[in-house]
Amino acid sequence: MAETIGFLQPKQSVISRRRDIVADLADLLPAGCLISDERGLKPFETDAFIAYRRMPLAVALPETTEQVAALLKYCSRYGVPVVPRGAGTSLSGGAIPQEDAVVIGLSKMSRILDIDLFNRTATVQAGVTNLNISEAVSADGFFYAPDPSSQLACTIGGNIGMNSGGAHCLKYGVTTNNLLGVKMVLHDGTVIELGGKALDAAGYDLLGLVCGSEGQLGIVTEATVRLIAKPEGARPVLFGFASSQAAGACVADVIGSGIIPVAIEFMDKPAIEICEAFAHAGYPLDVEALLIVEVEGSEQEMDEMLASIVAVARRHGVATIKECQTAMEAAAIWKGRKSAFGATGRIADYICMDGTVPLSQLSHVLARTGEIVAGYGLRVANVFHAGDGNMHPLILYNINDPEDAARAEAAGNDILKLCVDAGGCLTGEHGVGIEKRDLMLHQFNQADLDQQMAARAAFDPQWILNPSKVFPLEGRPAA
Amino acid sequence: MQTNFTPAQLADPHVAESEAILRKCVHCGFCTATCPTYVTLGDELDSPRGRIYLIKDMLENGRAADKETVTHIDRCLSCLACTTTCPSGVDYMHLVDHARVHIENTYRRPFKERLARFVLAAVLPYPSRFRLSLKAAGIARPLAGLMKRVALLKTFGVMLDLAPKAVPQPSASAVPGVHTPKGKRVGRVALLTGCAQPVLKPEINEATIRLLTRFGVEVVLPSGEGCCGALVHHMGRENQALEAARRNVDAWLKVADEGGLDAIVITASGCGTTIKDYGHMLRLDPAYAEKAARISALAKDITEYLATLDLPEQEAKGTTLAYHSACSMQHGQKITLAPKQLLKRAGFVVRDPAEGHLCCGSAGTYNILQPEISAKLRARKVKNIEATRPDAIATGNIGCITQIASGTAIPILHTVELLDWAYGGAKPQALGSK
Repeated sequence: MAETIGFLQPKQSVISRRRDIVADLADLLPAGCLISDERGLKPFETDAFIAYRRMPLAVALPETTEQVAALLKYCSRYGVPVVPRGAGTSLSGGAIPQEDAVVIGLSKMSRILDIDLFNRTATVQAGVTNLNISEAVSADGFFYAPDPSSQLACTIGGNIGMNSGGAHCLKYGVTTNNLLGVKMVLHDGTVIELGGKALDAAGYDLLGLVCGSEGQLGIVTEATVRLIAKPEGARPVLFGFASSQAAGACVADVIGSGIIPVAIEFMDKPAIEICEAFAHAGYPLDVEALLIVEVEGSEQEMDEMLASIVAVARRHGVATIKECQTAMEAAAIWKGRKSAFGATGRIADYICMDGTVPLSQLSHVLARTGEIVAGYGLRVANVFHAGDGNMHPLILYNINDPEDAARAEAAGNDILKLCVDAGGCLTGEHGVGIEKRDLMLHQFNQADLDQQMAARAAFDPQWILNPSKVFPLEGRPAA
Repeated sequence: MQTNFTPAQLADPHVAESEAILRKCVHCGFCTATCPTYVTLGDELDSPRGRIYLIKDMLENGRAADKETVTHIDRCLSCLACTTTCPSGVDYMHLVDHARVHIENTYRRPFKERLARFVLAAVLPYPSRFRLSLKAAGIARPLAGLMKRVALLKTFGVMLDLAPKAVPQPSASAVPGVHTPKGKRVGRVALLTGCAQPVLKPEINEATIRLLTRFGVEVVLPSGEGCCGALVHHMGRENQALEAARRNVDAWLKVADEGGLDAIVITASGCGTTIKDYGHMLRLDPAYAEKAARISALAKDITEYLATLDLPEQEAKGTTLAYHSACSMQHGQKITLAPKQLLKRAGFVVRDPAEGHLCCGSAGTYNILQPEISAKLRARKVKNIEATRPDAIATGNIGCITQIASGTAIPILHTVELLDWAYGGAKPQALGSK
């Protein structure tokens, strides 16, 4: 594919010193923690945004914060770019390296350091997976709320980098609402701590700035997160509709009437078919659109909330309502939803959009999305967090066909612009990465971006941290 | 995932198959989370996604395997947890099978590795040779520590550690013949005798024959049968594996044609996974493709077959079991509920240890060829099992039995031994008199 998204030109001064840099890095790490041969580097050339690939200069897999600090101190001193990597599940290319960059992967730092049930916090290393946290406290009746669909594999470090969301964020908020503190290594190797075990720390909310900074302000090595008590009960209910527009209008109406369930997830017919084939969750196959609405609380609370949602759904002509009967059914419903992207791989390659729109615009944007993708001669499957308007059209294409790939990318750009024009934004939870970088000027004006870049430069004056991402390559301050 | 093969490369049916497998992968990374080596080592090169990428690069470039690639493929347990996790339906099993054959054909291993692999392939699949080696191991055991310190002999030192202290006497359950059912005949099955299992634990097939005949099933131990071929198959020794498969296909079809067969019953899930794959392994052999597919369709794990017999519910025995699902059972054959349901119906309390999806580190010859990773996985497995405070451990694969037994004092039994006891057989000796 002719790539339309550029990377920074690799620094020849770094590339030419490759051999020395590798030797120096090896001195900073224990055996088995540095990958520098071409064969071994290849699998790190991309993440889950597979349309784009760049070989890294080396991959470092440190085991301690001290090693991360030593690596950053070295890279900063010699102007070597650094690309942080968690589990490499980014859908926006956040972890794609570049030829002159050292990847610092946190996958060996995967220990849970402290579980404090009294204060309802967990402190973990950055390479711990999102789901590991919930599993570690599940028996005690707690969980960590943000639940990206990739929660099985994605790391808390990556979640902080992208301010990740998930199905249950409608009620509990995204990563930033559940993050209490971090230990973080700055570009020059300085280790700082932000926040702590309490909800609000004194002084500037730098933690809020760091969460969602896409690895450009430093590398988080430890995080303290909030634990939440599990509800008494939880029940996902399936609502089938004869059209996507009706389902979209129903979502807007539910939220508009002040009802906040834990999750409202949307699937259109193509997505339903894909997910049902994988998870056998019992999704209705004879509807055009499906909402998975989860309510929680006591039996009475669930019944009451459900009754009000059903009343709204009936006004929008709901075709089928299916309550799940067992915990296994509930698990299958969520497994199908959370595997939706991967399961799409069974039928086609895809790129996944992440625009967020005001709920009043949901029906309109859904309809336009279908038209845009059809206009490029492609197919689309929609599966997303409807409750907070966070849309994920999956544009289906054939990655082995360069023209198809170019059309998919163009369709994606049109959809994201549509989201912004409808009063929404480019990214709800996946981050800007490289994927949406060049659309940032559609969302912000140069003055907005200048201020963001000034904040970035305060943390990383040389711009060595994940430098090709987030900000359009033009309009950056002169190095 | 994008692939880059030439039409000439795709003319090779093995490459074409691998290409189709690679095309399904969307590089989402879910597989890393349930991969035992990734969670142990924390390096993506030791994860399914990393290995898939290494294999893709090697095959696309049509180049011989190199040391780096071989290291990471060798560390794969073939536990197939990734295939259970993968939402995209990537057939990792056949991809890594292809890679292993490619490695075997294009890569010259260092001498000590060749020696160890040669010995394993020449001994383990043959019960008489294996029995003799175990007896020799009894004599050589005091040398294990010393051998493990000599690079060339390290693998053999590990083997001595794993060898049982005493070798059971040859059993009638390993002699070809027919075991007639008690009472009215309700079915007829062939029972795989196997290679290592009848030497290490003849009690398993003895219990199987007792249990099946007690419930009216005729059990045939076919003559001319041998090792299922899994062991050499996982080493990439394809010709040897296919030879084993053809021989068994012939032996079982003979039994089927003589008196009909409801199933080929297998009591080692590692073997079951391979026999169920005979149809695929021999798909390109015009003389055997159809016959092998027929055999694969007949192959059933003992618990799968027992589930069809509707065994009566038994009174509670007051025995709590931790059920360890072998990877070849849960990931290879996707049998998850049947063994536990049978045990519960038979009166046992059954507990699921945490991290049940993770391999115990046995994985065929893995505990011999990759002892360090294997030992870490065993420790993790044993810790999770012991946390459930069971009276005994139940599982369905001889490899896991040997591996886990070497790490805990809790007795470990094959599911069928416990079922035999519950349905009128003697209490397994391992459970003592309590």
